[in-house]
Amino acid sequence: MSEFVFLYRGGETGRSPERYQQMMQKWMAWFKELGEKGHVKDIGQPLERDGKLVQGTAKKVTDGPFAEAKDVIGGYSLIVAKDLSEAAELSKGCPIFEVDGQVEVRPVMKMNM
Amino acid sequence: MDLSEHLFRHESGRMVATLTRIFGIHNLALAEDVVQEAFCRALEIWKFRGVPENPSAWLMATARNRALDVLRRERTARTFAPELTRQLESEWTLAPTVAEEFGPTAVRDDELRMMFSCCSPRLPEEAQVALILHILCGFSVDEIANAFVSSHAAIEKRITRSKKLLAASRKLFDVSGPDDFARRLPAVQRALYLLFNEGYHGASPESAIRSDLCRESMRLIAILLESTLGATPSTCALAALMCFNAARLPARLDLSGNLISLADQDRSQFDRSLALQGQRILERAATGSEVSEFHVEAAIAWVHTSAQSSEQTDWATIVSLYDQLMAIRPSPVVALNRAIAIAQRDGPQRGLDEIRAIQDAERLARYPFYHAALGELELRSRRTDAARRHFTAAVGLARNPMERTFFEQRIGACR
Repeated sequence: MSEFVFLYRGGETGRSPERYQQMMQKWMAWFKELGEKGHVKDIGQPLERDGKLVQGTAKKVTDGPFAEAKDVIGGYSLIVAKDLSEAAELSKGCPIFEVDGQVEVRPVMKMNM
Repeated sequence: MDLSEHLFRHESGRMVATLTRIFGIHNLALAEDVVQEAFCRALEIWKFRGVPENPSAWLMATARNRALDVLRRERTARTFAPELTRQLESEWTLAPTVAEEFGPTAVRDDELRMMFSCCSPRLPEEAQVALILHILCGFSVDEIANAFVSSHAAIEKRITRSKKLLAASRKLFDVSGPDDFARRLPAVQRALYLLFNEGYHGASPESAIRSDLCRESMRLIAILLESTLGATPSTCALAALMCFNAARLPARLDLSGNLISLADQDRSQFDRSLALQGQRILERAATGSEVSEFHVEAAIAWVHTSAQSSEQTDWATIVSLYDQLMAIRPSPVVALNRAIAIAQRDGPQRGLDEIRAIQDAERLARYPFYHAALGELELRSRRTDAARRHFTAAVGLARNPMERTFFEQRIGACR
């Protein structure tokens, strides 16, 4: 088994209260299902959408957001899967796709040489 | 912890009402933005960490903190609620004032205030109902359009225009003045009555949407019942009417969602606890000398709810109640229902005579149940050809597949 990081990008736009409720229920159901099948190593954390960007040799500090709203990472999870293709397959159940968001699936590098 | 049903919808109404109270009615859009932000935050955090112990309190606290940010940031650029200006200006009083406005009793009052503000005499009834659904029940434009079987554009126009008018009124309705309150109360009752009826008899093909509308109107009337000035005998009568009709809802549809006629309903499916609740509230309605249309309608609904079957229903009482209703609020639909009750009491021919004697019957021409009633009585008089013609007319006017199926079955019975 290998570990993967799911990065959740974008997909948060204004909706009706009932849609929020439905999205909430879908996210909870999806995490629950992944968890029951043993795929969740760490459910992860939500990230604030603003912050600071530090860059260059001058270490210039600027305010976020860093990119267009649709590209901002809203959170991450640590997922366990057989291989990259299984991890990608698992990500397809994420409700973020219903609201125009994306999941970036990245394998965590292994120690073996 | 699981989410309670419609949590976001219900909290949305309370949060917008309270924020509008603080920001002022002219900043309604700002209040809605703050609610959106709070919901967005809830969704992002809860999905990772689970729903908190008290989700309503969490949402309210988030809205309160966002409100404080907005008030501090925009204090110089914007004016907020005129009656709170002084308290909001000083950092000493800002946070305590906002905290007080977010207290449970204050929030109740805010919902009441918003309900009355939405029922401005400058707005047509259908706009009042749409506005209540949108602001206090958290229905989106699409959800309202679905419920009223109307277009997105038409509802959006109606809501935008009504909100503009509301914002221009500069001030929320003052619910503390007994005279103004009493003058506006009938409009509020009427709007909640229409909201309930839209759910009970409405045109939406989805029964889930319709029971939502019934439930929302019952939630709002509970707020009215809890207020000293709002809990008048007629409000109690209206609440009782809603309970009786809601009690009968489960028996109105079969397992595939088709309408069942009154005579064929399985009365063991009536919600007895709701019926009892209605009875208790109806007793409260009997204080005082006022007999409103809601009293009469509640009494009719009670006779239906308590009868063992259609045959055992006290049709004579129902007829006399409809006579009273015709005196208080005459309409072709009331006249039609009265005629149907007379047919139950005196036989189909008498019923047909009554229907033909209805004044303004042309206003019923597009009402499918008018034709269905004629069909039913012709069928009982064994004139199957005439009955079939009427049911066919009803099919042509059906407002949703559920009604269509129902009338088609009646055509099938014309053999």
